[in-house]
Amino acid sequence: MGCRTEPNTACGLNPRASLNRRKCGAVPAAPRLLAPSCAPSARLLLQKVTKTHRFSAVLRGQTNPRGALLLVTNPPTVPTGAPIVVVNGLIKQFGRFAALRGVTTEFGAGKFYAILGDNGAGKTTLLRGLAGLAHPTRGTISILGKTPQEACRDLGYMAHPSLLYDEMSGMENLRYVARLYGIAGDERCQQVIRAVGLDADLGRPVGQYSQGMRQRMSLARAILHDPTILLLDEPFSNVDVHSAREMAGLLKHMRDAGKTIFVVTHQASLLEGVADEFIWMQAGQIVNRTAQLDPLPPPAEKA
Amino acid sequence: MNFWPIMLATLAKDIRLEWRSKDALNAMLFFSLLVVVIFVFSFDPLAEESRHIVGGLVWVAFLFAAVVALNQTWARELRNQVLDGYRVSPAPATALFVAKALGNFIFVSVLEALMAPLFVVFYNLHVLGPAWQLIPVALLGTWALVVNGTFFAAMSLRTRSRELMLPLLLFPVSIPAVVAMVAATTNILTGENSAHFYIVLLLTYDVVFTTACLGLFETVLQAE
Repeated sequence: MGCRTEPNTACGLNPRASLNRRKCGAVPAAPRLLAPSCAPSARLLLQKVTKTHRFSAVLRGQTNPRGALLLVTNPPTVPTGAPIVVVNGLIKQFGRFAALRGVTTEFGAGKFYAILGDNGAGKTTLLRGLAGLAHPTRGTISILGKTPQEACRDLGYMAHPSLLYDEMSGMENLRYVARLYGIAGDERCQQVIRAVGLDADLGRPVGQYSQGMRQRMSLARAILHDPTILLLDEPFSNVDVHSAREMAGLLKHMRDAGKTIFVVTHQASLLEGVADEFIWMQAGQIVNRTAQLDPLPPPAEKA
Repeated sequence: MNFWPIMLATLAKDIRLEWRSKDALNAMLFFSLLVVVIFVFSFDPLAEESRHIVGGLVWVAFLFAAVVALNQTWARELRNQVLDGYRVSPAPATALFVAKALGNFIFVSVLEALMAPLFVVFYNLHVLGPAWQLIPVALLGTWALVVNGTFFAAMSLRTRSRELMLPLLLFPVSIPAVVAMVAATTNILTGENSAHFYIVLLLTYDVVFTTACLGLFETVLQAE
């Protein structure tokens, strides 16, 4: 026994509506059916997603043939709040320019971190360091007790560019990424595409997507392998306010399901009430960590 | 991670992208066509002369054309930083390298198959040696070009003038292979000498450089 859901075809739409839906890439509202045998975290996620926004449409695609909820298939094993990412004396230099200047900090599991700061503060470099894309000049990064490269299966990374091939459709892109992570079949790809509010059957190449759709597909790419830690660089840039709130809502629900989420953003207000902690960076250092969104970051301390 | 499924998925993706954009194939085809036509008008060779010079012409045309393809296939990975997407995945670097090299091998082989009849017609060629030996020479020679080309194209990927860097890096390393390809082809066309030595030389070159490229590619891929 697992979660029950209506088949995709029973959406109650007429053919014209279905055609329109396909053209715009959006997905219609979905029924809310949940079996008692679902995992508690999964049930919580499913219920919250259903209540809040049009991402509720994803529910139709969130069940496997047996009916088990799959959006979060890999419940984190680290207790909430326990250190999951440990950064020690991290320095990153590009030539003579130091992008990170001795960052030492810890991040707890199951928390939502918003990384804020001016341009050039080192936010993206820190995120790339956590993703294993920027190698430390000095210092160490430990993720679940491993190096970022060793922990790559536990990391989902969304960069400022989309990391998608413009010439391929969203489904083709995700299918390729799924093979890189050893995920067989299309079911998971369809689930995450629906989870971000897009249509898995949309055949248009990504290059013809709107910026908002591209950002959503990029998020789908990041969550495809159900990582424990999500690293998102500017996920709300060039996205309309409504869609950005929906994305923030989805991330909040993923945090509630036990994921650790890092979001680099200039739109901090979107994460007010969503993020557990706001991390302020300035001149390559973390200068403050606050539970509430302060109007202004504190001045940088001299090293 | 499983090497073969990832390699095949990457190869299929590259072929699909090339089929849709035709960037590399079109560029290679027009470039080779221009080389053939320009040399025909420049030399106007007789059949006997053609047999002696066409080996060099063919491989120089294919070498230059391959450079165009090699740049294109990696440039595609830089758009939207999709290469970073591969780097953060658990997929092995060697799977990417082999897929790229095989993809380039297929593209350059298609070009050779299309251009070979033109060379025969324009240069009035009649093979006097064992013609079947042209097949191993073509296969080994093409692999020699693309395996090094794929590696050096990846190496020059993040340099500011990568279109210039690739030939500067690739051509000197390719000299032994080009010498062997040209000599083997000329020997087969003229039938004067055996091409056996040069085929073995090409085979050795391919084994050595394929091994070296596979061993070093992880470092190249993870470099910032």
